[in-house]
Amino acid sequence: MRYYSKDHEWLYIVGDTGEVGITNHAQNQLGDIVFCEAEPPGTALAAGEAAGAVESVKAASDILTPVSGEIIAVNPDPQREPSLLNSAPEETWVFRIRLSDPAELAGLLDEGAYSAFCDE
Amino acid sequence: MRTPLYDEHIAAGAKMTAYCGWELPLHYGGILAEHVAVRRRAGVFDVSHMGEIYLSGAGAFDFLQALLTNDMRRLETKPWVYSPMCGESGGTVDDVVAYRHGDGFLLCVNAANTEKDFAWIRQNAPPGVCVENVSDSFAQLALQGPAAADVLKKADLSAVLLQSGTGYTGERGFELFLPPAAAPKLWREMTEAGAQPCGLGARDLLRTEASLPLYGHELDEDISPVEAGLERFVCFEKGNFIGRGALAGVRPPRRLIGLTAQGRAVPRAGCEVLGDGVPLGKVTSGCFSPGPARGIAMALVTGEAEKYEIVIRDKAEPAVLTGMPFYRRAK
Repeated sequence: MRYYSKDHEWLYIVGDTGEVGITNHAQNQLGDIVFCEAEPPGTALAAGEAAGAVESVKAASDILTPVSGEIIAVNPDPQREPSLLNSAPEETWVFRIRLSDPAELAGLLDEGAYSAFCDE
Repeated sequence: MRTPLYDEHIAAGAKMTAYCGWELPLHYGGILAEHVAVRRRAGVFDVSHMGEIYLSGAGAFDFLQALLTNDMRRLETKPWVYSPMCGESGGTVDDVVAYRHGDGFLLCVNAANTEKDFAWIRQNAPPGVCVENVSDSFAQLALQGPAAADVLKKADLSAVLLQSGTGYTGERGFELFLPPAAAPKLWREMTEAGAQPCGLGARDLLRTEASLPLYGHELDEDISPVEAGLERFVCFEKGNFIGRGALAGVRPPRRLIGLTAQGRAVPRAGCEVLGDGVPLGKVTSGCFSPGPARGIAMALVTGEAEKYEIVIRDKAEPAVLTGMPFYRRAK
């Protein structure tokens, strides 16, 4: 199941872990993305903390983790080829996190609610 | 405020942004695509937000010589001259392009500074010199790139009031002043002839690669043109001018340097620059440069170092000293 945050990250849940990336809306607002990084595996974060960053030609933007937990993997693909986040934002995860509090998922949006949020 | 080309921008799908009180195009779909169009073919920018101040009257030339740091006698042989305009302390009030126009001189000034410049110039003008803010009378288009001349040939230039071989991209090109009402037709002719509409995003990237200063970044009231590496536009031989006393014979401790980031993080204005681990100054402009696919930065620093770093998101990223301009077009 895929969740969305109001900070324009998506979270795809598999068991007690989730893959996190930036939404299509986010990449659209950022424009040409030229840089992507994430905190290394082992980093423990609270929901809403910066887990990484993307930079477009225009500006830098933090990637905030939608849920609390520990980073368990970082995807090398968008670091090698940042434009993947423009061309395939919802297929390109940036980091994988092990959730410490699955109850936080209730505070996130589903696809319909996120889409409505972006249209506001 | 909107330029006379606002409707053209919207029709072309521009993402608009606020800049100095103006609604201007940031890009029309992709900054990198616009950047490459200017480097390889031709791009056209709406720069109608720029201010224009007209000086006329018997003493206008002598006043211009006193007002600007460059030697305005250059206007005898060329139609335009670039110059910083300094205050008494040597800080930069603005940087301008002066044109011969009619019986007087037209100064093209930064949009952010139009009101300030107008007040400064009026305050310093001697009796007999007429100073007018004529910004509302002009639209301005910048056509830039190796194919700019070909595009220009296909356009009807009958409405153009003033034209120069200038620009802000490091490419060959033209800047054209015309009445606001005539601007949409010329804009359409240029885009139909193949010029890519370009926004402020590409403009900033192109000018940073070409190491051209932007007022408020490389220049301001506290930064002299000498510190910004513009001493070739400060002519001490011509006689007195405002700021001369503060600038003459002084070797300022700060200077503008070019840096290329070695990692992929992009330096931005305000990032701290370290030399051998010690703070030396700050980045004045930084961007991602598509050619090297690296971040580039201009920085105002004190002193020299063996090893440079730029602090990006709390991390000291290695950078190498790079001669400016970062980009120089093939001759």
